[in-house]
Amino acid sequence: MRAPATAATLPRLLAGISDEGPCALEAHQRLHGPLPPPLRSKRERTALLDEVERARLCGRGGAYFPLAQKLRAVLAAGHVRAPRYVVANGAEGDPSSAKDRTLMRLLPHLVLDGVAIAGDLIGARGAVLAIGADAHDAQSALERALQERARADEGRPRTELVTVPNRYISGQETALLRCLEGGAPLPRFASPPHQRGLRGQPTLVSNVETLAHLALIARYGADWFAQLGSGHEPGSVLVTLWGAACNPGVYEVEQGAPLGALIDAAGGAAAPLRAVLCGGLAGGWVDSSEAAMITLDNRALSKRGLGLGAGTLLLLPEHACGLAETARMLRFLAAEAAGQCGPCRHGLPAIADCFEETLRGHRGARGSKRLLELAALIDRRGACSHPDGSARLLRSALRVFARELEWHARNGLCPGCEAEPILQLRPARAPRALAISGAREGARSLR
Amino acid sequence: MSKQRLIVDPISCDAHGICAELLPELIATDEWGYPLLSEQHVPAELLALARQAVRSCPRRALLLAAQREKRA
Ligand SMILES: Cc1cc2nc3c(=O)[nH]c(=O)nc-3n(C[C@H](O)[C@H](O)[C@H](O)COP(=O)(O)O)c2cc1C
Ligand code: SF4
Ligand code: SF4
Repeated sequence: MRAPATAATLPRLLAGISDEGPCALEAHQRLHGPLPPPLRSKRERTALLDEVERARLCGRGGAYFPLAQKLRAVLAAGHVRAPRYVVANGAEGDPSSAKDRTLMRLLPHLVLDGVAIAGDLIGARGAVLAIGADAHDAQSALERALQERARADEGRPRTELVTVPNRYISGQETALLRCLEGGAPLPRFASPPHQRGLRGQPTLVSNVETLAHLALIARYGADWFAQLGSGHEPGSVLVTLWGAACNPGVYEVEQGAPLGALIDAAGGAAAPLRAVLCGGLAGGWVDSSEAAMITLDNRALSKRGLGLGAGTLLLLPEHACGLAETARMLRFLAAEAAGQCGPCRHGLPAIADCFEETLRGHRGARGSKRLLELAALIDRRGACSHPDGSARLLRSALRVFARELEWHARNGLCPGCEAEPILQLRPARAPRALAISGAREGARSLR
Repeated sequence: MSKQRLIVDPISCDAHGICAELLPELIATDEWGYPLLSEQHVPAELLALARQAVRSCPRRALLLAAQREKRA
């Protein structure tokens, strides 16, 4: 293992970022050294796999599944000589998240290194990096980076850049595979990508941030990785901080850092906070009093029924209406569902309708009971976990905004309902929100 | 023999409801007509009926599986 360029401090992933734009190959190599050479023997491969397992790197696409376990599943699937593929998931369909496109735009070589190493680990025939059709700046950074490293990558399997429709569901792994085959973003039932992936072959589908971490673990090792983080969740994680923060943007934080420390690093809250949305649109609301106590560690969050999910932290100020925000999100989630499964197709619009009616005071006190009933009817009843995420968001809103709900049941819309949305959903989302300054702020250690 | 449970492919299922008629012990229907399956293992005495329900589904959407499918 190479001697780490950085000690047990942040930034790690974001070490190479600058105001000048994407980190070029030369600067990237000066910082982290060249990409380790291809693995030559089974022994070398086993050693690196063990290292990844020891690092306990978990997927950053939302589910926090251990990468090593997934790599082993891909290796164990299919015929020994079956061609295997890597699909790097840079779709980032959740409009509340900007960390993946920020990473790809500023540090394309780190992501591409990760893709190459993952390919080494499974003996891949090729790799595809999938990216949302509207992420133009990330796309051009990656295109340039691929040209820049064409010589250095000789002898390695090709990495192809493919754009996918700019939809929430595009990032779901089987929907993504369908997109890569030229189809529409529709998830499928059963047969996970490690069994039937790209071209029907065993495939690793990993989030681009996960792969960027892999690029560093392959260089510096598991012990280095674990020098940061909480006991349960080693390393660092990228988060997108939105809403009422003085400096919203993408930050790299140590796992287990208090949310309060992140908000401080972002210049503090811009207004008194009512609640925080943790994990993105498939995440959950947490009351500001509880938010003051949470640490950004998936294991600790899961004990509170929360998770880091896609890494979004949306700060809701007191003057906004959390219920109106949630109503827009639920409508968005209903519209973005693939419409393949009965409970999801019927349940999500029913939830969005009932939520809006409750907000307007048309349902009286019975609205929230009906909403809980509907949440139970969609939960874990789809081919993918899209309805589960929507149920999570809904339940958390009913719990955290119970006070407001009662008020709305009696009085209808509140002044906050009319205000400018805190979270801009498509198509209003401003790509400018990918603040470089925010990312640079994240260079600080947040312990 | 391993324990089995009922699962439904929600993409293929189009709420025919035949399964719930055949096996009300383990299958109810929701307000839209889609099956709500018992999460328990199919008890031995109902296994034959469960197999019949699986065969009778016009969409081949009902399945007996050794374990629950993992979704992402
Ligand atoms: C509705 C839905 C949307 C998703 N969108 C994304 C996405 O945009 N990006 C992503 O990396 N993973 C997304 N996922 C998770 C992927 O299915 C998959 O678990 C992930 O890409 C695996 O990578 P990881 O193990 O590195 O997290 C989504 C899942 C669901 C159910
Ligand atoms: S659960 Fe919903 S989003 Fe997922 S495949 Fe079924 S219809 Fe589509
Ligand atoms: S019989 Fe088949 S299609 Fe009809 S409800 Fe049952 S599982 Fe669905």
